[in-house]
This record gives sequence, C-alpha cells and structure tokens, in this order.
Amino acid sequence: MSLLTVENLSKHYEGRRSLVERLTGVPQTVVRAVNGIDLTVEKGEILGLIGESGCGKSTLGRAILRLHEPTTGKVTFDGTDVTALDAAGLKAMRRRMQIIFQDPYASLNPRRTVAQIVGLPLKLHGLAQTDDEARAIVARICERVGLKANQLDRYPHQFSGGQRQRIGIARALVSNPEFIVCDEPVSALDVSIQAQIIALLLELKREMGLTYLFISHDISVIGYLADRVAVMYLGEIVEMGPVEAILANPRHPYTQSLMSAVPEVDHAGRRARVRLAGDLPSPLNPPAGCKFHTRCPLAVEACRSRAPVTETVGPGHSAACHRLAENLSLLEGTPA
Amino acid sequence: MSLTETTPQTHAADSLFRRNLAMFAANRLAMASAVVVVLFVVMAIFAPWIAPHDPNETDLFRRLQPPGWAPGGEWAYLLGCDALGRDILSRIIYGARISIFIGLAVIVVATMIGILAGLASGYLRGWVDVVISRIVDILLGFPYLIFAIGLMAMMGPGLWNIILALAYKEWVIPARVVRGETLATRELEYVEAARALGASRWHIMLREILPNILSPVIVVSTIRMAHVIILEASLSFLGLGVQPPTASWGSMVADGRAFILEAWWVSTFPGLAILLLVLAINVASQGLRDAFDPRFAE
Repeated sequence: MSLLTVENLSKHYEGRRSLVERLTGVPQTVVRAVNGIDLTVEKGEILGLIGESGCGKSTLGRAILRLHEPTTGKVTFDGTDVTALDAAGLKAMRRRMQIIFQDPYASLNPRRTVAQIVGLPLKLHGLAQTDDEARAIVARICERVGLKANQLDRYPHQFSGGQRQRIGIARALVSNPEFIVCDEPVSALDVSIQAQIIALLLELKREMGLTYLFISHDISVIGYLADRVAVMYLGEIVEMGPVEAILANPRHPYTQSLMSAVPEVDHAGRRARVRLAGDLPSPLNPPAGCKFHTRCPLAVEACRSRAPVTETVGPGHSAACHRLAENLSLLEGTPA
Repeated sequence: MSLTETTPQTHAADSLFRRNLAMFAANRLAMASAVVVVLFVVMAIFAPWIAPHDPNETDLFRRLQPPGWAPGGEWAYLLGCDALGRDILSRIIYGARISIFIGLAVIVVATMIGILAGLASGYLRGWVDVVISRIVDILLGFPYLIFAIGLMAMMGPGLWNIILALAYKEWVIPARVVRGETLATRELEYVEAARALGASRWHIMLREILPNILSPVIVVSTIRMAHVIILEASLSFLGLGVQPPTASWGSMVADGRAFILEAWWVSTFPGLAILLLVLAINVASQGLRDAFDPRFAE
C-alpha cells in the first residue's frame, strides 16, 4: 500500500464579492489553484513535483498537509484519512508529516532562538520529558544537519541563508516524521549551497527512512534526486512517471517544452528549443478543453473543446493529451 | 564538501533590541525628552519628600500670593498660592501623580484589551473580525471627549471611573494597529510552519505573532499616553475628574480661571506642567518610533 494517496484533490479560492455585486448577479469568481489531482507516493521514494510559478504545486503540497483546507478530495496517509481528521487527530498527524519551506528568511521566527525554534515540535507533542532531554535532542539533530552546538542560542538573523535552511530542516525532522513536503527548499539559495542542502536531504532520507514530496521548478534538481516525477500545469497533473522515462521520453508537449529549456553541455546532441508563446493563463479563467491548448504547438480542434483523459503510456508512466497516439515529439520535430 | 558555511560576524548579545536602543540614545532631543519624562515620574513617586508644603493645607492669609520673584511673593512658596492659599508648586508635584497614574493605567488596560482584540480579529478573521472591526468603527465615530463625559456622567466621578471611561474607547487604537500587523504577519511562513508543527491558535497568536508586532504597539501606546493625559486634564477641568481637594492639573487650571487677570500664576503653572509633560512624552515617543519602527522614519 502506498504511504500517501491523494484522490481527486482540489483547492479552489472564491473571490470576494461586494453586496452590490451579489445582488446584481455578478458571478462568483473561483481560482482553481489545484484541480482534481490524483497521485500516490510510495514509502521511501522521492516524488518530484514540477511546474512553473503559479501552477499550484505549492498549494497542492499545503493542501495535502491541510495547511490549506482542501475544497474537495481525499488524502490518505498510512491508512488514515487525513482530510477527515478532527483537530486532535490532525495535531497527532502533524508529527508524522512535515514541511520544509522555500524561503529560509521568512520561515524562522526572528524573535526565537535556534533551540526554541527546533525544540517547538518536541514541546507541542510532548516528545521530551525534561528541558534537558529536549535540549539534548535539539543539539543532536542540529549537529546532524551541520550546525554547531554553540550556535543553539543564536537568533535566525545571525545565520546565512544556507544555515537557516539547515535550521528549517532540523525543525521539520526533530519530531521523527515519516513524510516531508519539500516546498522548493533550495530555490532561494546560491547554487553552491543548493548542492550541499540537496546532499544533506538525501543523506537524511537514507538515515531516517524518509519519504519526500519534492516541489521544484528546476528540472535538473528534480532529475538528480527524484524517483518519480509529476508535471503540473494550471492546477492539473499533465504527466507522471519514473524519472528516467520522463527525462528520456517525455510524452506531453508541456513536459517536452520544459525539457527543452534545460541548458545542455553536450552541443553535439543539441535538442530543438521549444519556445512557448505567452504566459500561463489565469487560473481565474482557465481555457476550456485541454488547459494547455492556448500555448501548445500541437493543439488541434479537439484540444479546444474536450479535456484529455489520462492514459498509460508506459510502465508507471501516464500523460493527458489528445495526440499521444500520434507519438509526436517537439524535441526532434519528427515522430519519435 | 564542507557542511559548514562561513558564519556571519555576530555576537550573541547583538540583538535587534540593543541596536534599536543605541539608535534611540543617539537621538539627543528624544533622549532629553525621555529624561524630562523620567524626572516627572520621579517627582510623582517621591512627591511627599519633594513637595515643600502639604498640597491641601489652606492658609487664607496667603490667598493668591504671587510667585517668589514677584513683589509680595515669598521664596518658600516658589510658584505662589491659589485662592485658598495652597502652595501651587506642591500641588503641581502631587498632581503629577494623578496625571501619570491615570495615563499609565489607561494605556496599560487599553493596550492589553487592544492586543487581544486585534490578535483575535486579525488572526481568526471571519465573524470575529467582522464583530470586532464594527465595534472599533463605531467607537471611532464618537468624539472622544463627549464619549468620556457621557460615561463619567453615568458612572459618577472618581479615579477608577476616569480610567474606565478613557480605556473604553482608547483600546481601539492599539486594536487597529495590532489587527493590521497581525494580518501581515499571519501570512509569513514561520506562522505557517508553527501550524504545520501542530501549534494551537493561542500559541501562534501569543508566542509567534505577538513578539514580532510588539514594537509598533509599544510606540503607538507611548504616543497615545500623551493624549490620555490631556484628556484626563480636560475631564478634571470640566469638574468630572478626580474630586477636590485632591490636586489634579486640570482642576488647578479650572480653579485659576476666575482670577486669570489678577492672579495669572494659579492657572499658568499647572498649564505649563501639562504642556511640558505632554511635549516631552510626544518627542520621546517619536524618537522611540524612529528607532524601533524604521518604516515610519523619513
């Protein structure tokens, strides 16, 4: 059984209407940030979630943890329906499901010391009997993520971005969770520091037997550490599969255009560069039919009217596109 | 690959608070004003030892005696005497107790109510926010002094009633500041992190958000204290404040009103005391604001 199962998960935000607008029948505006997502995460794997800014990948991560209450859908973690939990049950579940945030400057309370920040989960869940024991646990995990024991009583502003991210990782791991949503944990860091943090996350995963949902907009990061990849566009998953299959043989035109944007060192085997026209459409007013048709070079009449269904295209590999059968590839310009 | 990055040059003691304090100390005008405020406070606390005479001792032979340096004055009664022959300087010194105590008490009560109301309305949102914000709007619509006069007329005069009458409306000021700051702070990732860790609403409001929004609240409260002191003086001037014979600056100004042409000192000196204290609090609190809340500084 999968560790985490997400079924038909949606998160819609309703716009505010004034009284006059309600009375005059101005329609309710709805932002469909996440729309009918199905996915599973197996124990011990890293599922990479990729997509451009505003596609809803962070919202999906937060909806799974119920940091943003999902509008519809069901999240099952280790046999427990997370979406049906009451306050006490959710609190207990929070010990097992954690999140690492993108911005290490905003995610640490500036008025609390490292020991207080990292020790908070222990206090909230009563995981340490005495203050000394809590301090020892905090010191151990901080040392493990690469902080020094004499830094425990310092404040976040006394650390660099990379060190702050280590504090955020220590806070997420101190309660011994099983599943971590990594919400772009390295996007705000320098490239040299990114490599250190990714290496640390991989080591910790091995040692503590963790499972990650790793959100990123950087294909090279996802390609390096993920076991499976889900590609998101405008609140929906357009392609999902093992990382090798997605990298070597992307089937959805959106995934293909993402791949073509990855810089290459090897000039001989240079791929065709696909440039998408225009911006991501507003999720307030998404296109009818296939949501990608406004920017898709392969779009045909059917794409404008009907939403494609998700089809299996290989072992564990699925995609949602009307033209899958034609086996087109934007990358070579010829059928693959 | 090394796991340790270069540590920024910092010391454990190098807190934000200390930096702000140093910034405040560098502002000489604000520092001088703070000293004046402290002097007033010391004067209020040690009034029995500082005052040269009993503030309530009447002596009809000294009725409207001029200040020490004027013809007919006596140096032992430096600022002269009022219509009942009471020493004005001693009454000003004792009056500082009333002004400062009421100012402090109103601000403390109002700030505590304001913090709770502001946190609740800013963090919980929904109907709590609607109810609290409407109450705040309604209270803001009343003219302050008229509202206080109405309450005093209902409750009757007295020290605690003044504090209540002023705090009834004063809490909306910190409440609005706290609500605004809370709305901005609740969206920050460290608040979301606390929720993700399983923290309760109370923990998030009081432990995560409050310490981060306290600076602007304290700054606004000190500025408001000057207003409260003026309001108390106004109520006392109108006879709705502390009851005679207790010395209060406002009622002293009112007492001298009838003799303003022949005995100017009776009203003028307590008026100057109000002016000096309020001015000092204002200047000092603006220095505080510049040091602790750089957003407001030019």
